[in-house]
Amino acid sequence: MKLIRTLMAAATALAVSAFVAPTFAADDPGPAAYAKSLNGKRVMLVPLAMGFDLAQGWAHYLKKEVEAWGGTFETRDPNWVVDAGAQAITDAIASDTRPDVLIIHAPDLNSYSKLMKKAQAAGTYVLLVDNPANFPADAFVGSDWDKLGQLEAEAAVKGCGENSSKKIGLVQGDQANSSSLYQYAGIMKVLEKHPDFQVVAKPDSNWDATTSRNVTTTMLQQHPDICSIIDFWDGDATGASAAIRDAKLEGKVFLVTTGGGEKTADCDKLVDGTYGAVVMTDLARQSGDMNAIIKFLLQSGQPAGTSHTYIYTLEKATTKADLKPDSCWDLKALQAEAAAK
Amino acid sequence: MAARQGLSIGAKDIAMNAIGWPNWRRLNQEGIVFAIAILLFAAATVGLPGFLTADNLVAIVRSVSVLGILALGMAVVIIGRGIDLSAVAIMAMSVAWYLQLLNTDTSDGLAFAYVLAGVLAIGLLNGFLVAYADVPAIFVTLATGSFVFGYVRSQLITQDAVPVPQGHWVELLGGLRFLDIPVEVFVFAGLAFLVFLFLRYTKWGRFIYFAGDNPVAARNIGIPVRPMLVLRYVLSAAMALIAGLLTAASLHSINTRVVNSTLLYDIVLVAVIGGIGLSGGRGGVRNVLVGAALIGILLNAMTIIDIPLLYQNLIKAAILLGAIIVDGIINPRDEQTAQQGDI
Repeated sequence: MKLIRTLMAAATALAVSAFVAPTFAADDPGPAAYAKSLNGKRVMLVPLAMGFDLAQGWAHYLKKEVEAWGGTFETRDPNWVVDAGAQAITDAIASDTRPDVLIIHAPDLNSYSKLMKKAQAAGTYVLLVDNPANFPADAFVGSDWDKLGQLEAEAAVKGCGENSSKKIGLVQGDQANSSSLYQYAGIMKVLEKHPDFQVVAKPDSNWDATTSRNVTTTMLQQHPDICSIIDFWDGDATGASAAIRDAKLEGKVFLVTTGGGEKTADCDKLVDGTYGAVVMTDLARQSGDMNAIIKFLLQSGQPAGTSHTYIYTLEKATTKADLKPDSCWDLKALQAEAAAK
Repeated sequence: MAARQGLSIGAKDIAMNAIGWPNWRRLNQEGIVFAIAILLFAAATVGLPGFLTADNLVAIVRSVSVLGILALGMAVVIIGRGIDLSAVAIMAMSVAWYLQLLNTDTSDGLAFAYVLAGVLAIGLLNGFLVAYADVPAIFVTLATGSFVFGYVRSQLITQDAVPVPQGHWVELLGGLRFLDIPVEVFVFAGLAFLVFLFLRYTKWGRFIYFAGDNPVAARNIGIPVRPMLVLRYVLSAAMALIAGLLTAASLHSINTRVVNSTLLYDIVLVAVIGGIGLSGGRGGVRNVLVGAALIGILLNAMTIIDIPLLYQNLIKAAILLGAIIVDGIINPRDEQTAQQGDI
């Protein structure tokens, strides 16, 4: 019955279009099809928290596009609490206004796997952003953390130079988050190629600036001749930089970190010499990638969970020397823009 | 006169007479923890090159300074048979709000006045609800902590991390050194001394032990139990503000994520592992110092050995558990020593 109805509808559509087409030959069929598949669709972002630069940047760029094509964009703020994130996702799937696309910033490799599967079963496309997880999402958009680690290590090796102590210290995040684990693997790959360089210590900061400061202080006391430190996130690298400042080793220890390319968090600190190099994510482009894949999925007509695409953001280690006016984006400006509306 | 009388009764009842070394003949938890700290220190001195250097010792004390300051405030509350679970929220959110006000061009004096008023108000609210509304402290402070975090985070600041404006006194404070020792260490030492004087030599300080040991009896003999209770929560809130300012001074920013961290448990840990009973009426500044020393030495040694964080937590927990078990064996609880209201 359904098939017959579909066939009839198709036949009618064909007949109508065949009949109408010559009259409106100049009309592009694209926008109508685009509006038909996108209009009224719901997109929801569940980051680790809404209170930090990456999430606020993504939300800004996504909201702008989604609302422009007539969809609704929502965010949930689990505020770094894994359970709260799980609750937000569960509620979203069960609600009457189930999102058509769910963008998830996973806290670790496994926590949300079951929920994401549920979401797909309910017909919601699942996008993973920034942090990979053990789950075949419809698409992953974010950094190749292994590659990112390699870029950091290369920057550190270059920052140390040939005539240095060739001692490198790492301040890892933790031992559960994929971004930390893969970053470490990438760094070690590069250092294997430079056997004269050695990692003298690799404590964890647990992503906390005070802990980062304390472990870096100890590290610098044990190895005052360290030539470079790689801290795994700019959110806690302020602690490592405080330790370097306190040890009066500014300019002697080349601090490398990674971040979302926000102006005050990254570029300003490259300018004032706090950081030697930052592997920055091009946030606008990353958000653009998400927008593109959302538009593709919603028009594809394929059931959720059909394709598994990896869209890695182009990363690059930026130093003070190759800093450009557009190297960073400015959160304050985005907030002002949002407030002005 | 009343104060002196209070002192002598307190000294006899609570066996707090000795200042200085713990009483080795009757080993209590404080003694056990102190012994573990000394053992660890000795082992690290022998086994870890670079442990016993002036710089490293300063770093150890510094690493526990903020924790210790918060634990001092917590200790005063716990001795009075209470607990303050809002300390970390007050610490982070008050300073975040202060910095946010500065970043949006509020004058420094006005901003500080707002924040100080806010901090004192929360301390008063905690104290009032516990003292006069008779709500258990654990619920009151849990709720006010969440409220402070939620309100400030959603209404007053725009981001988790708020930077200190360039050249502001908080930034300069972080760079202060006397004899190459960071300012936090002096603040910690100074506050520890003040709290010691307060607990030991002031009337209200002594009364805290009575109120903690037996609130009903304390009230019956005419001690103003309720106003004192309010004072303790205000003190704890003020300590939290100082700890927050020192954190921001060192890092040039404050990250409100710390509210979700294990810092709150670490504060209780430092107080309790040092031997301040959660049932109230026992302990003092020395217990906080012993607890802080153990945690500081432990974390520093484990960082030097480069033990991963997961194992660090495991080792920390094992030592804690060990100290509690040994204390339980040496000082068994019975009906006479156990108190109503134990947590």
